[in-house]
Amino acid sequence: MSKAKKINLTLKVWRQKDQNEIGRFETHPVKGISTDMSFLEMLDHLNQQIIHAGGDPIAFDSDCREGICGSCSTTINGNPHGPDRETATCQLHMRRFEDGQTIVVEPFRARAFPVIRDISVDRSALDRIIAAGGFVSVSTGNAQDANAIPISKESSDLAFDAAACIGCGACVAACKNASAMLFTSAKISQLALLPQGAVEKDRRARNMVAQMDREKFGNCTNTGACEAACPKGITLENMARMNRQFTSAWLTARVR
Amino acid sequence: MTSRSGFFSSSVGKKYLMGVTGAGLSLFVLAHMLGNMLLFVSPEAYNLYGHTLIHSKFIYFFEAGLIVLFLLHIIYGVTLTLQNRAARGYRTYLTTSGDKAVTFSSKTMIWTGTIVGVFTIIHLLNFKFGAYYEIVYDGVTVRDLQRLMLELFMSPWYVAWYVFAMLTMLFHLWHGVQSAFQSLGFRHPRYTPGIIKFGAVFAWIVGLGFMSQPLYVYFFLN
Ligand code: HEM
Ligand code: FES
Repeated sequence: MSKAKKINLTLKVWRQKDQNEIGRFETHPVKGISTDMSFLEMLDHLNQQIIHAGGDPIAFDSDCREGICGSCSTTINGNPHGPDRETATCQLHMRRFEDGQTIVVEPFRARAFPVIRDISVDRSALDRIIAAGGFVSVSTGNAQDANAIPISKESSDLAFDAAACIGCGACVAACKNASAMLFTSAKISQLALLPQGAVEKDRRARNMVAQMDREKFGNCTNTGACEAACPKGITLENMARMNRQFTSAWLTARVR
Repeated sequence: MTSRSGFFSSSVGKKYLMGVTGAGLSLFVLAHMLGNMLLFVSPEAYNLYGHTLIHSKFIYFFEAGLIVLFLLHIIYGVTLTLQNRAARGYRTYLTTSGDKAVTFSSKTMIWTGTIVGVFTIIHLLNFKFGAYYEIVYDGVTVRDLQRLMLELFMSPWYVAWYVFAMLTMLFHLWHGVQSAFQSLGFRHPRYTPGIIKFGAVFAWIVGLGFMSQPLYVYFFLN
């Protein structure tokens, strides 16, 4: 049987009507939260409470609710995706919190992520980085026989680890410089480490970094906040790889 | 095709520049700290060392190089910081904490850097462009920097400020040295733990080395 307890919390939630409004915190006592609820279920529960009282529910993003889509984007007590490493907001459970605790809930903040409403932010800047080169531009046909193109276990593991990035933007939100380098480097690495993607790696590195800079993300200063905040455990190793590839691409390019 | 800017205006290029200039400055401070250790030997050793340096053929080459390193490092460091603050956005941010916290030294690079910069200017004014005493060893007239040093380090306030500035440099290097490796593209599970330790040891050796010198002069030579 369920060992769930019920706890009561105080939530300080960021409310903002649209990009242009100056937002503010709104305080809500939330009663009877099952410790088995996920953080998003707790927000659903709070929204029910707000709707019953005739208020305006809190807007927040979610989709898969199992840590694979990258939609959820909540900064909890200053930490994007909450206190635990390698855990997305949707995978965070209320048993992690103490009865009577106050929790501050904010959006993923950055200049490049304008607030749409409340906790929901526009992360399409990340999509535009992908559109600048995060793909393989030739048709690679149907799925190959598993061993038609031999790939070392090491490369496939590294590529797979980089491909675990769900593009949630927690790295940007956690970074004091709002830098998107961890994201961009994961996408560059995931393709460059495999034979189909390696062909275009130079052009890709240059175009994706150029787009990232154009979106007005900050510059990395290696604090490592991104790696700590990443729900998928993307490492700084990817960023060093991106730096190497970008530099060698720039050194060897025939066209500027 | 997406249009691209020059290498040094890209975010990756700026990291390279900070990494290269930072590494160059780190080697300089290490050498400077080791050279100063001669003050523990004798006034003569210290003064002759200074004399040899100033009269070396390569001195202008090194001085010019250092000025370039300092200027690039400062200009890019300040530009980066301003761009990064703007990128952060309109509202003060609650910083990460607990398991997701970052080191104190990594968050304060611009402040530790600024203190080191101010210190460097005062240091140059007081020493390089400070009072010019002379002393003769074996018929050779050399600048008596040892005497100037004794005078300056007579004041407990001067010693305290010096030690404080070197402590901030210790923190700047603690994050900076290992960070430079990352900026230049070195990160690997095999050697990165070693680089992080190396950075810490480097920072402590340089920091403590520089701190020991004014303290020794104040307590034992005056
Ligand atoms: C002897 C003096 C100095 C030494 C040895 C030194 C060393 C370093 C090193 C090794 C780094 C790491 C570079 C990297 O991450 O790639 C760094 C970063 C930095 N330094 Fe300095 N530095 C010195 C003076 C200064 C001064 C005067 C400033 C003035 C504002 C400054 C501001 C910064 C900033 C803001 C960073 C972080 C930027 C980044 O990581 O991208 N530093 N420094
Ligand atoms: S809702 Fe899909 S990752 Fe959290």
